[in-house]
Amino acid sequence: MASTAITAGAEPVFHLEEEHAHAEGGSTMLGFWLYLMSDCLIFAMLFAAFGVLGGNYAAGPAPKDLFDLGLVAVNTTMLLLSSITYGFAMLTMDKGRVGATQAWLAVTMLFGLAFLSIELYEFAHMIHEGATPQRSAFLSSFFTLVGTHGLHVTFGIVWMVTLMVQVARYGLIEANRRRLMCLSMFWHFLDVVWIGVFTFVYLMGTLR
Amino acid sequence: MSAHDHTGHDHAHGGAAHGSLKGYLIGFFLSVILTAIPFWLVMDGVIDNKQATAVIIMAFAAVQIVVHMIFFLHMNPASEGGWSMLALIFTVILVVIVLSGSLWVMYHLNANMMPGLHEMREMP
Repeated sequence: MASTAITAGAEPVFHLEEEHAHAEGGSTMLGFWLYLMSDCLIFAMLFAAFGVLGGNYAAGPAPKDLFDLGLVAVNTTMLLLSSITYGFAMLTMDKGRVGATQAWLAVTMLFGLAFLSIELYEFAHMIHEGATPQRSAFLSSFFTLVGTHGLHVTFGIVWMVTLMVQVARYGLIEANRRRLMCLSMFWHFLDVVWIGVFTFVYLMGTLR
Repeated sequence: MSAHDHTGHDHAHGGAAHGSLKGYLIGFFLSVILTAIPFWLVMDGVIDNKQATAVIIMAFAAVQIVVHMIFFLHMNPASEGGWSMLALIFTVILVVIVLSGSLWVMYHLNANMMPGLHEMREMP
């Protein structure tokens, strides 16, 4: 078996012309994955900062006084649902159905907006109670970590609207498919980060 | 695999971004369960020992992250010729160093420096 694989040249992996055919966008997914990994490092720094400073309340409010876990559970549900609906958008995209893809993207966007609204309501509520980012090191690191995640979701939604306009104008062309796959990775990645947020910030903060 | 419906060019992605309906649904139900149990443990205070609860919910988070990686991000050792897995492993190593290093150093800094501050304040 091994000898046929070497002699027959059946594997096109090292074929130069094939490489050229793949040049257009062929490395985009790997490049975008590397970006996500660097983004992951940003979040790791923010998690480390929260881990170190999360217990410094400066005689201010503690997580137990501030967090409403019911609200966080609803928020987590929104993000999880948006993940699966984006998955459905990708599946319909694979089948080349423009209308269904657009519809699933719109549903995903609505879940994303619901997540953001709930988070902003939570922030506004906390700030109204005097739990501002300036209050204590715990609150500074909390707002930085959760706010950075929220900012990512915001830009994900902006990106989603942009791609919906693109798909409406040009259809599911190769470039748009590639962009939608990048956004898919971005969106699912944000859900992975949120697992860390609800576990380390909200649940473990409440346990403290 | 619906990925094979497309011709030529699409295979450049090496199956990295394609899933199946079954895969997404399995991932979704697993993550719902893996999310619901930690929330239930903390909100209802099921286990009296807080340390044990913390360890359990961290384990659930770790499992859920792996579930998302496999079913939603479609990570597998073969995607992109193994480079995305390599980048992921490298990142995970860095994250572990950053997190454990920061917590370890800062814990000892707090534990060893705070009495010093106290002593200084108590000095005349």
